Amino acid sequence: MGTQTRLDWGATVRLGLLAGVVALSLSLIGMVERFSERDIIGGVFSLGQVFLFGAAIGGGYLAARRSAGEELGRVLLGGLALGLISSLPLILLLVAGGLTDAEGGILLRRFLINVSPGLLKLLAFGQGQIAGSLILAAVTGVLGLVGAGVYLLPPRLGRPLLVGLISVFLIGLLSEIIILAWGNRGIGLIIRRFMFAARGLLVPGACLVFLVAAGSNVAWSGQQERVEQRLSTLGPEQQQRLRRGMIALGVLLLLVLPFILRTYLSEVIDNIGLYILMGLGLNIVVGFAGLLDLGYVAFFAIGAYAMGVLTSHSDLGVGGLSFWAALPFAVLAAVAAGIILGIPVLRMRGDYLAIVTLGFGEIIRILALSDFLAPYIGGAQGILLIPKARILGFEFVRPESLYYVILLACLLAVFVSWRLRDSRLGRQWMAMREDEDVAEAMGINLVKTKLLAFAIGAGFSGLSGAIFASKLSSIFPHSFQLLVSINVLCLIIVGGIGSLPGAMVGALILVGLPELLREFAEYRFMMYGALLIVMMLVRPEGFWPSAIHKRELHMEEPEALAHLAAGQTG
Amino acid sequence: MRERLQNLDPLSVVLWLLRAAILGAVLWGTVATILNNPYSAENWLDFLVFGVAQGSLYALIALGYTLVYGVLFMINFAHGEFFMSGIFTATVFVAIPLSETAFWDSHPVLSLLVVALVAMATSVGIAVLTERVAYRPLRHAPRLVPLITAIGASFFWQYFFRGLYGSGITAFPPVEMLKGSLIVGGLEILWTQVVVIVASVLLLIGLYIFVMRTKTGKAMRAVAEDKQVAALMGIDVDRVIVITFATGAALAGAAGLLYALLFRQVHFFMGFFPGIKAFTAAVLGGIGSVPGAALGGLFLGMFESIGPSLFLEGLGIPAAYQLKDVIAFTMLVLVLIVRPQGILGERLAEKKA
Repeated sequence: MGTQTRLDWGATVRLGLLAGVVALSLSLIGMVERFSERDIIGGVFSLGQVFLFGAAIGGGYLAARRSAGEELGRVLLGGLALGLISSLPLILLLVAGGLTDAEGGILLRRFLINVSPGLLKLLAFGQGQIAGSLILAAVTGVLGLVGAGVYLLPPRLGRPLLVGLISVFLIGLLSEIIILAWGNRGIGLIIRRFMFAARGLLVPGACLVFLVAAGSNVAWSGQQERVEQRLSTLGPEQQQRLRRGMIALGVLLLLVLPFILRTYLSEVIDNIGLYILMGLGLNIVVGFAGLLDLGYVAFFAIGAYAMGVLTSHSDLGVGGLSFWAALPFAVLAAVAAGIILGIPVLRMRGDYLAIVTLGFGEIIRILALSDFLAPYIGGAQGILLIPKARILGFEFVRPESLYYVILLACLLAVFVSWRLRDSRLGRQWMAMREDEDVAEAMGINLVKTKLLAFAIGAGFSGLSGAIFASKLSSIFPHSFQLLVSINVLCLIIVGGIGSLPGAMVGALILVGLPELLREFAEYRFMMYGALLIVMMLVRPEGFWPSAIHKRELHMEEPEALAHLAAGQTG
Repeated sequence: MRERLQNLDPLSVVLWLLRAAILGAVLWGTVATILNNPYSAENWLDFLVFGVAQGSLYALIALGYTLVYGVLFMINFAHGEFFMSGIFTATVFVAIPLSETAFWDSHPVLSLLVVALVAMATSVGIAVLTERVAYRPLRHAPRLVPLITAIGASFFWQYFFRGLYGSGITAFPPVEMLKGSLIVGGLEILWTQVVVIVASVLLLIGLYIFVMRTKTGKAMRAVAEDKQVAALMGIDVDRVIVITFATGAALAGAAGLLYALLFRQVHFFMGFFPGIKAFTAAVLGGIGSVPGAALGGLFLGMFESIGPSLFLEGLGIPAAYQLKDVIAFTMLVLVLIVRPQGILGERLAEKKA
């Protein structure tokens, strides 16, 4: 028993130090300070503090989970100890930050550019070194305790609490946007005065949000069963009518969205839409056919450049076509590129394919940037004066109107993906994804199947690129970096590989959030990287998985067998 | 013969045509350049020496890919970041502060040795951490999963170090001793290039001895052959895999210093393209083969350095040096089409990939 306890303490110390190092790293790379400007509750609590102290709470939670089943006091003590230990690396930073160089600046800042006076002040709660360290330790200790306490809460209490806190967090986080979009007129202004500070929520506003969210969660969990029961007793005809009603509601919402969102948010939604389009295309290549394509941006670029060259009013434009006339050609150019780039890689698999396609993407970008092709596509100067889409004299200039063009394209892409998934071709893709050799033995023509995947995927991307070109009116090679491919890959993985709603959810989160929170820009790809790793470790099927994928990824063979056996005996 | 012709599918024909077209273009360009003769023999030798120096860097980085691929059959996409993290850290924490003291100029060899050690240690640390967190838990997952985490790790580390040390280009302090050049038979070679080439050769030989002659190297080869049997023979497979990552990262760390000496700068993005090109070199030489990586690196370096002037200019392409990277990537595709097993490797691209 004695050794058991000692071992547990060792784990607590390690976990605590780990949490501390995470908090330290986030401070050192500047995230804490940068995000401290993003207030969640105005003047009280900022996103920076979430990053700084999240590790202590999470560590406390994990420590409590590890020692589950022990007596209450010991679990809480473990959480407290963990929190205290997690402050050590930060206190070390505070002490080291106190060292000055010859000119009186912070010595550490010569190495680590983000160790600024602002950060140190934040860490020490505006106090001196010693007092600051003590406060810091006390706060992390309490938060470790809170983390452990959260684990001990029964779900009936815990869930509403969590929902309430998340709601406060999200609304506080997005408060600037909410105010910008709705808070300037009429009722919006009144609500704004009561709920929002200049940045973030006001305390009464936060309380209100928390109460409403937690309360509705409690109410819903009480009613959930009854509602579901009533739904299941409805006749098939009524159920269908209900479903149709929901769909109609959804369509109506999509149609009036720009009027609700106003200009700025429409712009954001437009960008999200372009990424959804690319996501759906890559979803066909990666999700359905299992071909990891890292050069996907190439087709986006080709679509954009085709649109540019065919429609531009500048010297580089050759066709002088209108947007709608050029659109099919842009898509066809991308499809052709998909096939041409697809042929050499037909016999490659897995990781080789990934690197080679990455190379293709870079080749296209380098060519677009080079002097070699500059007489035709502008080189680094890009193509300017690309006209907007236009129907009967109406020009799609504002983001609100462009939204409908993008919506149309997205709906088309969703429809095509959805029909393809359940078609013969879709089944061939999935067979090929599972095992190429077996698929070939079953009579699937691999060449045709693969090329179709590349071509259709490229087509979606080309469509997105063409709209992108007309949206910006000008295109430059630097818009077509590898990072775009990574972004798209990341969003379909986060959403759920092979899942159509997944691509949309992924785009909404991964493209929408950084657009709304400017501070994210600098850390966007670091977070994407971390997200890719975490998703693969914790939830490889994504947030909104396709049914098949979920089954596959969560069952390795022995497990699957055990599952079957259990099914047979039980 | 007739049978072979009958078995020819359209895909093979297309691939053959593609090969012929690229070969034709290269030949055409080369002949045109030679006829025009815009460069002197000295120019060509300069290109060649630079290519060898650059190529030996690629070779050192390529070894990391080859070692890991040999053991895990996985492309460690984050390897370029191991390369970057080491020298970036060593430059910021050691090289720059040291260069502000007299020690840097009075004991240049010792200083550079310290920088090299810090760079290698950092690279190894980052590599071990990455393996532990992002690769080990997923060793039995479907093949694409570790590749995706590797891509994630690559971007994570790039932007993590960008956050730590800043997004600008940091100059590596100049080394007084390495200024000027060595003159061998009328050929001028910069001292930095000499150091890079000699150090790379020594490291390559060292690695070869390590893999072929030591017990740990033997264990690595055993694990590469068959993990399960190796485990049955009493080899700690997890440990060997970590050592493999660490060895590759140590070489990458050393390569980082050589890169800094050659190009006199470090920045957070410096690992990405050398990483991909080193992978190309590894594939070119035959992935999984240590001498192959060395040969592939050398070959790629020279090709990249001579290629733009030799055949692209002959084709009438202006500012051909801009297309240097296109040559590297095209070569990767060509190798994988024409000879996936590389110069010295066994055939892996189709079977195990």
